[in-house]
Amino acid sequence: MSERIREEVVLKLDHVTKRFGGLTAVGDVTFEIKKGEIYGLIGPNGAGKTTIFNLITGVYALTEGEIIFCGDTIGRGLITYDAKGQKPETKKVLQNKPYDIMSKGMARTFQNIRLFKSETVFNNVLTACHAGADYNIFQSLYRFKLGPAWLTKYAHQEEALRQKTEDLLKIMGIWQFKDMLAVNLPYGQQRKLEIARALATDPKLLLLDEPAAGMNPEETIALMKLIREIRDRFDLTVLIIEHHMDLIMNVSDRIFVLNFGKPLAEGTPAEIQQNPEVIEAYLGKEETEDGNA
Amino acid sequence: MFSWYYIEGILIQSCYTMLIVLGLSILTGYTGMFSFGHAGFVCIGAYVSVICTMAFGLPYWVALIVAGLVSMLLGAALGKITLNLKGDYFCIATLGVGEAIRLIFNNLQLNISVGGRSFTLDGAKGVPGVPLKTTFVFALVVVVLFITATAFLMNSKHGRSMLAVREDELAAQMSGINTFKSKMLAMCMSALYAGIAGGMLAHYFGYVQPKMFMMAKSTEYTIMVIFGGMGSITGSVLGTLLLCALPELLRAVGDWRLVFYGLAVIVIMIVRPKGLMGGKELRVGYFIKWVFGKITGKNRKLPPADDGGKEASAQ
Repeated sequence: MSERIREEVVLKLDHVTKRFGGLTAVGDVTFEIKKGEIYGLIGPNGAGKTTIFNLITGVYALTEGEIIFCGDTIGRGLITYDAKGQKPETKKVLQNKPYDIMSKGMARTFQNIRLFKSETVFNNVLTACHAGADYNIFQSLYRFKLGPAWLTKYAHQEEALRQKTEDLLKIMGIWQFKDMLAVNLPYGQQRKLEIARALATDPKLLLLDEPAAGMNPEETIALMKLIREIRDRFDLTVLIIEHHMDLIMNVSDRIFVLNFGKPLAEGTPAEIQQNPEVIEAYLGKEETEDGNA
Repeated sequence: MFSWYYIEGILIQSCYTMLIVLGLSILTGYTGMFSFGHAGFVCIGAYVSVICTMAFGLPYWVALIVAGLVSMLLGAALGKITLNLKGDYFCIATLGVGEAIRLIFNNLQLNISVGGRSFTLDGAKGVPGVPLKTTFVFALVVVVLFITATAFLMNSKHGRSMLAVREDELAAQMSGINTFKSKMLAMCMSALYAGIAGGMLAHYFGYVQPKMFMMAKSTEYTIMVIFGGMGSITGSVLGTLLLCALPELLRAVGDWRLVFYGLAVIVIMIVRPKGLMGGKELRVGYFIKWVFGKITGKNRKLPPADDGGKEASAQ
């Protein structure tokens, strides 16, 4: 384990279960992500990876279990389990609103890119920078830098936001597209813009949902570098869902494998590659000599 | 044919309609929530301002502020209930509320006597004899103030958050934007604008009747927003001016004018599906700066940013 990973737990999922009617989309998932880590989440299609993202970000309410982010409980289901395991405790159900959770220091990207399509690239990121400004509607009517501090909030804060937006776009290498509409960007750049927009909220934890989907191998390698770079630069913890095994095995410190909503394995990329259960989930079981699967 | 009195009337009408459309533009154009009950807010504003001036003898401008605030409160209350509804459901809710407000005033019997002055509000008959206080200059000043304020507000984090809600609500939430708050702000502002405009309307016509606030009016305002272009203030202004003037210009064709009106709207929507301005703005601020620069001779040019500039200066 390298130096950048610290013992501090950023995100903890404790016996998390989500049921849609009779279907258990995510069943009893428990893991901890340490600060500075890149944590991979893999599994065959329909394993419940994106559902876990939606549970963390508050889009869905938990059925059971608890999610703790930087020491704060952000979601709690009907049944929770104590530290020793088995004994169910009854606590009050709690579900924070998505924007509350996100403004605590989380940011995410989407599997199917969701940008503010008919806005410019610059405005996409600028919109997400909103937390850096706290002027109210009346203060936004005064545009000059001249005057007392309470009156000139807009001019100063807006300047800072624009500077931050410029920096972010330059880091992501899409500064030259700043005046283009987001919808007209090439696919790969849209992915980058989405990451830039996520970074604009100053996250501690970045959730990436299939960032390399639809990318060719070179682009994937570039993305891999980029993820490492932004992690170091912004001191991020990253939770990443990905189907590109090259990417996930190279970039992750630890990997969690899901299959049909159930946890299958957890460990370093090397351990996961050797794990017979994981191989079975992805490739199927080897047939024995007498033909039984 | 075109006496100043006649033109002034159309201009005053354009002014307060512009105020309503501006408010609706915040709600529909920027935040992406279609309201088909905006005439209801105008109705509230008109009646409240009339009660203020005629029953309580308050000055005209105070009456307008009160009308705006009451309308805003109603908007906030309505927003609290309906803003979590999505798309079409919100649309239907506003439609219902708009009609309900009109019907309430259609059946309302009210008698207020303050300081020896008696004021009667008699249902569908409405209120005659409202003092004619709305002048063209006043209306113009108010509308210019509100256009400027709206333009500034839309170019701040609040306006950007509203646009984000329109573009993708989930993504906006995931960027930590309190989408409910943004929608509430849009709702309150648009109700405030409609209320003030309602007051101006009542004090221009000299009478108020519930019949003036039919659903057809609400749709007309929405058409103006879409006609001008969603998410564009200058678009809303242009759209309102054109659509207010058009029926008057078409008076020459008599009964056919509403047919031509509809035709004109259809043609524009086919030729420019995103509205007149297509979500873009006429950059009035840049224009003013440019003119100012020309006059003062300080038309500063930006330093060349590309490498070509460097080479040229090196030679």
